Amino acid sequence: MKMEHVPGTKKGIVVLYALSTCGWCAKTKALLKEIGVDHSYVYVDLLPQEELEETLQEVERFNPHGSFPTLVIDNTKVIVGFREQEIREALG
Amino acid sequence: MNVPEITEAEIDARYRILDRDAEEGGYHLNPDVAFTRNLVRGLLVNERRYGYMACPCRIATGNKAEDLDIICPCDYRDPDLNEYGACYCALYVSGDVLAQKAPVRSIPERRPSRAERKKARQEQATGGMVQTAYPVWRCRVCGYLCAMDNPPLVCPICKAKQERFERFL
Repeated sequence: MKMEHVPGTKKGIVVLYALSTCGWCAKTKALLKEIGVDHSYVYVDLLPQEELEETLQEVERFNPHGSFPTLVIDNTKVIVGFREQEIREALG
Repeated sequence: MNVPEITEAEIDARYRILDRDAEEGGYHLNPDVAFTRNLVRGLLVNERRYGYMACPCRIATGNKAEDLDIICPCDYRDPDLNEYGACYCALYVSGDVLAQKAPVRSIPERRPSRAERKKARQEQATGGMVQTAYPVWRCRVCGYLCAMDNPPLVCPICKAKQERFERFL
């Protein structure tokens, strides 16, 4: 599955699973850009069906609810939802 | 999946309808107009993709029967307005939030996970029903109950379609 890479300051591997239609996902994406952290994101709703299912299972491994936005840092730390302060503390 | 082009005029038109319907029903759209217009765009995108306005902040399957609970207004709007003052995507806010101009926050997901929904469907299929003279139907959007052979075509309270009713008794 192809992710969009946004270059910036390296703070580990930062991956954002988002929906292209979601307001909170848009805010999270804008926040990552504002912080200037190196990250990748994917709009799960835009993926072809097979990749969508695979990616959804990937999201569910990090966040059993399978909700968006799901932010994963270094494959371990998971932040679900637009939690501005938590994201700033983790990546700022 | 392609992203349908949605024009500003289409967003304006739908925004006005949603705002009018919300106010008539005692609900309120989020006063952050830019944020709300973006959600309306998402609803219109989903309407083009799936044929119904699935919640812009949730992943729809495209199978309407599985997505019914997240067709806007979703089954979770009212409990979320009660508990958090806003629905999950924050299209709708409570009167208190509107009056105080308090910030609206990203809230936890109330919808059960895919695994939980699957389990609930299986349990529902095997569960028994209480015997009553008429079946009782419940509108999953607003909670309206009626005892008739079939639910009404449109909920007389919130105007949700017949498909949003579930057998209650």
